Amino acid sequence: MKTTVDHLLALGDDALIAAQRLGEWVAAAPELEEDVALANIALDQLGAARLLLTYAGELEGAGRDEDALAYLRDDREFRNCLLVELPNGDFAVTMAKLLFLAAYQLTLYTALSGCADERLAAIASKARKEVAYHLDHARLWTVRLGDGTAESHRRMQAAVDEIWPYTHELFLPDPTAPVDPAGLRAEFLAIVEPVLAEATLERPADDWAPEGGRRGLHTEHLSYLLAEMQVLHRAHPGARW
Amino acid sequence: MHGHHFPEPGDGPASGLLGQVEAAEAALRAAAERGRPGAPDGAAGDTDPQEYFTALIEADQKIEPRDWMPDAYRRTLIRQIAQHAHSEIIGMQPEGNWITRAPSLKRKAILLAKVQDEAGHGLYLYAAAETLGVSRDELVELLLAGRQKYSSIFNYPTLTWADVGAIGWLVDGAAIVNQVPLCRCSYGPYARAMIRICKEESFHQRQGYEILYTLAHGTPAQREMAQDAVNRWWYPSLAMFGPPDRDSTHSEQSMAWKIKRFSNDELRQRFVDMCVPQAEILGLRIPDPELRWNPERQSYDFTPPDYAELMRVISGDGPCNRQRMARRRRAHAEGAWVREAAAAYAAKRAARATAPTEVAA
Repeated sequence: MKTTVDHLLALGDDALIAAQRLGEWVAAAPELEEDVALANIALDQLGAARLLLTYAGELEGAGRDEDALAYLRDDREFRNCLLVELPNGDFAVTMAKLLFLAAYQLTLYTALSGCADERLAAIASKARKEVAYHLDHARLWTVRLGDGTAESHRRMQAAVDEIWPYTHELFLPDPTAPVDPAGLRAEFLAIVEPVLAEATLERPADDWAPEGGRRGLHTEHLSYLLAEMQVLHRAHPGARW
Repeated sequence: MHGHHFPEPGDGPASGLLGQVEAAEAALRAAAERGRPGAPDGAAGDTDPQEYFTALIEADQKIEPRDWMPDAYRRTLIRQIAQHAHSEIIGMQPEGNWITRAPSLKRKAILLAKVQDEAGHGLYLYAAAETLGVSRDELVELLLAGRQKYSSIFNYPTLTWADVGAIGWLVDGAAIVNQVPLCRCSYGPYARAMIRICKEESFHQRQGYEILYTLAHGTPAQREMAQDAVNRWWYPSLAMFGPPDRDSTHSEQSMAWKIKRFSNDELRQRFVDMCVPQAEILGLRIPDPELRWNPERQSYDFTPPDYAELMRVISGDGPCNRQRMARRRRAHAEGAWVREAAAAYAAKRAARATAPTEVAA
């Protein structure tokens, strides 16, 4: 199966938008150690995004580099999943988002690291190691919060309930992709369900399943995120930084 | 993806200072190898502790956490290290302000890494302060209650992207000039923390310089942005060295104890002398009409910062004091339930670990 520009954009945009949201936490985390950890995870995601977008731009062959793709596309052209663009909410919401994203990325990158496209396989292989750390971090916090105090349990359950519907989109079938995500949901559940159980949290029912991100149909949040992310770059067309 | 080449003095704007950091590190090792005067096992034996303390300082040995030290020495160090730590933490805010808007992905990554380093520096410094018998929680409470200060510079706003460059070049530059002598400070844990911190700071300074260089050689709007940032950050950076020597309250004793090695005015002069040639290479103007080379002093004459303004900012009335403190208090308050959850979970785990084996239900 041949790698498509759209597929690379989906992967790269997931990582880029996740990094942007995590970057909003800087100097606002519950403790200093967590400021360091969230910035570190944001950096990893940004690093993966840069590699994926650079590759997407080269494959497209229209002269767009990572910055042209990050800063000069509108929300209708972004291919990220809805989950990553949702606001940070409280720390529990951020950890629920990170848990689900990292579990998804770990299964996907692991599968991609063996794909025929050597460049994509190399990127996935590097990113997989980082994502394993992100998953571990989110897992530990989900358990601490779920099995911590009554208040943290309530918040963590509310966060899981709020974010769970957005996990369905991650596994929409994409038969043109080097690895069809549809086949990865069982593995995702095998990672996530034991974490929820250990955290004494209920696994939400599978009902509402919003989607659209992969087709450029986003929530109302993305446009604001891009307005902020792109404002300076767009104000100085053609400038170097 | 490679950075473009640009001319610089030496290997980087702070290359000479970095050499001094390395020399301090070597001196620290040499002192450890020489061994301490008097009691070979480091114990004071039957000598007077005050005399032994003075002898250690005279011999350029390091005071370590278990050594006897005068209460005033301990208090001065706690105050200074804590304020230094607080400055790292509050200092994340002005730069953090531009993470979401950084104009290229490369710059965004560099800025994220830098702000992450600052949190790490705060952690080293709180750990160094804790060796003096105070807890990090207590120090954080003192900061939040407004009873301990942080560097006045972080009460200025970052209004444009160029401010991120100016902070790197000028603010980190001033911090390094101030901190390099602390690599030889008489208190071992602080000296060792400073060696690590100065190495990373000089890297940050170089990155800030590179941002300004790129802007100053970019479009007319970028160039104007760079000059405007230097205009706004120059005097606040000069004020970072503190009040003039005639008004400095802690200096004399700190110098006798070899906590401080140079006076505020000496360091300020050193900073100006370092910046002038760098500004020339950047192609940016230092906003001081009185700035000129003085061949007799072999130094630049310059207009000192407005110390009345410095005092207003230190006492809480700078442009961003309220905002910076409000944000730190909010992060602390909003994170309380998370810290409580982590403590409750750790307690549960500890209880489970020590409980007798449960019979499966």
